[in-house]
Amino acid sequence: MSVQNLNSFDPFADEGDLGNNDVGAQQNYIHIRIQQRNGRKTLTTLQGLPKEYDSKKLLKAFKKEFACNGTLVDDEEMGQVIQLQGDQRVKISNFLTEEGIPRTTIKLHGF
Amino acid sequence: MASEEPLFDPSLKKKKKKVLFQEDPLGAEADPTTPAPTSLDNTTTTGEAVDLGPSTAHEQMQRAVNGGGDDAPKEDEDMFADMKKKKKKKKEIPMDFQTEDAPGTSTPDNDAAAAPAASEDLDFSDMKKKKKSKSKKIDLEAFEKELQETAAKDADDDGDIDGEHLADIDEAELGEDPFAQTDGPVGLDADNEPWLKSDRDYTYPELLHRFYASLHASNPALLTSSGKRYTIAPPSIHREGNKKSIFANVTDICKRMHRQPEHVIQFLFSEMGTTGSVDGAGRLVIKGRFQQKQVENVLRRYIVEYVTCKTCKSPDTLLTKENRIFFMSCESCGSRRSVNPIKSGFQAQVGKRSKNKTG
Repeated sequence: MSVQNLNSFDPFADEGDLGNNDVGAQQNYIHIRIQQRNGRKTLTTLQGLPKEYDSKKLLKAFKKEFACNGTLVDDEEMGQVIQLQGDQRVKISNFLTEEGIPRTTIKLHGF
Repeated sequence: MASEEPLFDPSLKKKKKKVLFQEDPLGAEADPTTPAPTSLDNTTTTGEAVDLGPSTAHEQMQRAVNGGGDDAPKEDEDMFADMKKKKKKKKEIPMDFQTEDAPGTSTPDNDAAAAPAASEDLDFSDMKKKKKSKSKKIDLEAFEKELQETAAKDADDDGDIDGEHLADIDEAELGEDPFAQTDGPVGLDADNEPWLKSDRDYTYPELLHRFYASLHASNPALLTSSGKRYTIAPPSIHREGNKKSIFANVTDICKRMHRQPEHVIQFLFSEMGTTGSVDGAGRLVIKGRFQQKQVENVLRRYIVEYVTCKTCKSPDTLLTKENRIFFMSCESCGSRRSVNPIKSGFQAQVGKRSKNKTG
């Protein structure tokens, strides 16, 4: 028999830890950003892809699916970043959600 | 209702148009406190109600209930016209409140800008339609009630050419006038419950009136608080040259949000992936071409993230920095939480590398 009130769990003490977990989770967001180039050209960058996905293969799939070129950039701080030509933000997020990445972990930036 | 999601007023411009259009019928009388003129004429010419057929939707409903379907085809014809009248009345709400609250602050033309702030919940983007209509209803009822309660006072306050005319109207409305009876619930008098006299069942609209009448009778605060909304003037974006955009009213918007311009600007730059500077006149010069809509979207996200309280949705918050962490404390509910730091993330190499040799 489990009575919730008798548990040793202290809801108030735990709050700080929960917050920390949230902060940790923030780093696991997949950021999709856009950058303006000259004219009406744009660049889309995808940053923070989880380790279990092979970014090289993903890039290949992106390039084929969106009919654009792209490259894999190694950044000291951000790690591997997928960079695509053109505004592919919505397409990327749709693609990723269809592949089973929860939408809440994807952050769409830009205008 | 007071604050759901702070937004820019897309209606700032639209509204203006509508109001302008709507002022024409008012024309000669030019008094914002008068309800739809056509329906007034029914009552004022003789001092009593002249039955010119149903003039409002309410009246129509009433007729349909009371008199069977004798003028059904006419109703159908009139339906749209009446809808328009109804709408006009609704549009007058803000003006009425404006003149009551702050007489002489602005002309009705200028009111168009401020009106949405004080009136119905116009543009909550993710608000359900149902709710919208309901809130409008509330406002309508509120307006009508307000009108009847303060009618005499208004007539005196306005003191314009139509003063006497108005007084007549008001008398007619306050008196034994079917128009007033059907259109605006004054209180919980027996007069307002027609079903008491007959043995028929009450209809839904009648019950709805009864509900709002009693609601506003017991909670007068609802009348005043329902119109409060968080609005921000839309950002004004100009193009400077070919590759730069100027965000002119950034300081105004920051002041309105009670945020440091530096914080807002930092967020803007990191979100839009550009750089820029503030010029001598306090305007923000952004590298790259941006349209107002785009900047507005980014600002909207800023407000959701850094301005509105996550607990009570109130925009009345303070942002303070402690130990390199920003905390947002809500002024209305007292909640306090940390907010994410602004991170610019990965910046791809754009343009010529030779130009970019800064570091």
